[in-house]
Amino acid sequence: MRKILVTLLFLLFGTSAFADCNIKSGSINILANDFPALRTFVETSKQCKGSADFKVTHSSEHNKIAVPALTANPSEFSARIAANSSIVPLMNQDLIRPLDDLVKKYGKGIQDSQLITIDGKVMAVAFMANTQHLYYREDVLKDLGIAVPKTYEEVVAASEKIRASGKMQYPYAAAYKAGWNLAEEFVNMFIGHGGEFFKSGSAQPNINNAKGVATLNMLKKLSELSNPDYLTHDSEAIKVEWESGNVALMTLWASRSGTLLDDEGDPNITKATKLTGPATVGGGNIPAATLWWDGFTLAKNRPDADAEATFRALAHAASNKKMVADAADQAVWLVEGFVPGPKSIGVIEAVKMGAKPYPMLPQMGLMHGALGSEIVEFLQGKESAEQALKDVEAAYISKAKEQGFL
Amino acid sequence: MPNKTFFWFFLPTGLAMILFIGLPIISTGIQSFYAQHDQVVKEVKKCDPFGCTVSIVVDNEETSKIREAKPLGKFNGFGTYTDRNHLAVEEIKKFWNETESFGAFVDQVTNLPFYKALIFTLTYCLFVTPNVLLLGFIIALSLNAVARKIRGPLIFGTILPMIVTPLVGSLVLFWMIDSQGIIGANIQNLMNDPYLSLKSSKTLTWITIIIYGIWHHSPFAFVVFYAALQTVPQEPIEAAIIDGASRFQRIKHIVLPHIYPVVTFVALISLMDNFRVFEPIIGFSAEGSAQSLSWLIYDNLVNEEVILFGSAAATSMMTIIGIAILLAPVLIRTWKEFKTAR
Repeated sequence: MRKILVTLLFLLFGTSAFADCNIKSGSINILANDFPALRTFVETSKQCKGSADFKVTHSSEHNKIAVPALTANPSEFSARIAANSSIVPLMNQDLIRPLDDLVKKYGKGIQDSQLITIDGKVMAVAFMANTQHLYYREDVLKDLGIAVPKTYEEVVAASEKIRASGKMQYPYAAAYKAGWNLAEEFVNMFIGHGGEFFKSGSAQPNINNAKGVATLNMLKKLSELSNPDYLTHDSEAIKVEWESGNVALMTLWASRSGTLLDDEGDPNITKATKLTGPATVGGGNIPAATLWWDGFTLAKNRPDADAEATFRALAHAASNKKMVADAADQAVWLVEGFVPGPKSIGVIEAVKMGAKPYPMLPQMGLMHGALGSEIVEFLQGKESAEQALKDVEAAYISKAKEQGFL
Repeated sequence: MPNKTFFWFFLPTGLAMILFIGLPIISTGIQSFYAQHDQVVKEVKKCDPFGCTVSIVVDNEETSKIREAKPLGKFNGFGTYTDRNHLAVEEIKKFWNETESFGAFVDQVTNLPFYKALIFTLTYCLFVTPNVLLLGFIIALSLNAVARKIRGPLIFGTILPMIVTPLVGSLVLFWMIDSQGIIGANIQNLMNDPYLSLKSSKTLTWITIIIYGIWHHSPFAFVVFYAALQTVPQEPIEAAIIDGASRFQRIKHIVLPHIYPVVTFVALISLMDNFRVFEPIIGFSAEGSAQSLSWLIYDNLVNEEVILFGSAAATSMMTIIGIAILLAPVLIRTWKEFKTAR
């Protein structure tokens, strides 16, 4: 009996002593996207909440909630896990606070490279990197004697060969769901062609040119090799397609590799699933992909005590060597002590090849939105590439005028 | 009812309507005339894990000063209404002058987001409303004729589509018409075309959404018609039977005139509902092929990382005006009948 009691006590104290950051007060409420690495990150920060209140909302609809929730005073969330693109609306509306003082006071384990500084002020602390890169089925490519594609032209040729062999009808997949996802594919391909979205130093659009047309034509070629329902497929849907063995080549987020390669599903497919860097396109030397970081930001409209408690808990996770060692498979962590594993190949290759980060511009969200709805008709074969690009620019200009960017 | 009693009876409802419907509409109307202030941007150095760049950000200090002075934004008049994403007055003028044939002109106009959405919304209304009325009436008549014993379960089964949450209903159908779903795969087999997809073809998506709309809304018409059928007096019907009137003649000359006011009511409500079609577009992930006015508002409010309040407000106001125009003929007719009845 006594033994049991001692063991129980040990367990009890053992777990709480494990990571107490000695937070005495304040309340923590986090808004984050929903994928495994972010869940791990938030769980790790929870270990050190001390006596503070701790709440978290994981939602794939986080973008829709963030601005209204942080505009309220006091705001609903004390922290928002953001990325290159989603930090912009928060910056535009002045909803997040500079973290310099907190980093100085509590950010001991955080590396300088993790700090996102804008105009000399730390606005976010990054903890993981992400990109979209190629996944391929080793068995299928080997059977047909196809080399691992390095460019999108090779992806098209390989997919056509696979289709011709009768092995698969729709050998290629990417998240082409109309809206944000489709626009993201355009952004990747356009950057791969060396395009700039805006005329330098202004908010005037700059996509209706040869590079834009080449981008659209490549997207169309790829879409013809995809499942005909591609306009409704998001990352989750193509993951399912892959796991059902319908696809041999795919462009997908690096952060999804964890769930793609887990024990669920057909072990033969999982075994044959291999990762490689993002492809280049049109003879360019930078990959047709964008680099992303995920990091935390703190809400401005929240008492300082809450900000402090939240920062300490999140900084605990953002500098946690144990977490990055335990969850090395889930993401490419930017935290000190991370040893890249086989699932990090995509991001590491992308960085090596000189991939560009997603443009962090105040008006980029409007361009992304216009792309998502206006290029659909081109893919459906209802209008020309030039017309589609003209529509994107016109839709963007109206929105940018309303928002005061033009 | 004396006017005074009516006033006191109606007061609480009236107040609630002003507070929760009237004032928000007025506020939306005011917002639709404003746009954001000109953005004050500055060049700064931005550093992230992938390196440093010089790029622009919104100057928050300057912006907050302007915002405090004029919190509503920059007065834009009908600017938002007439821009390319709404009524597109300039563009239409340009198309009219530039295009050679009327067909090309129509093509250009229907390529504009507002008109694209308006055409889908109207098509949906025009196909769904009459079919809902017809189907609802036929079901009500048939159920009225079956034995009382099995009527209860049948009625329950019939109103199921209305009980099922719209989003769930559309999702079920969405998966069935997937190219690997039961309907989608069979259609591919039937047509012998492995590239046929109900979801990627615009026409097929429209047809799917319209069929879904009819399926979802018919029970409402059925319930109201069924209730109305219970009030049809038996004597004239018996008299008609004795006179040798057929079933069709009885329905045409006795039943229909009797329940006519109810038909108007159902038509009004369905038109209003259908004009605001929204859930099936989300449920079917059909944003690419079918956009409605309500979807445009949603898109302006949540799909962009930057929220476009002015655009959303302008589309809302135009939706309200659209409903008013659509309902006007029915309302005028009811009003005339009401007057002659007195």
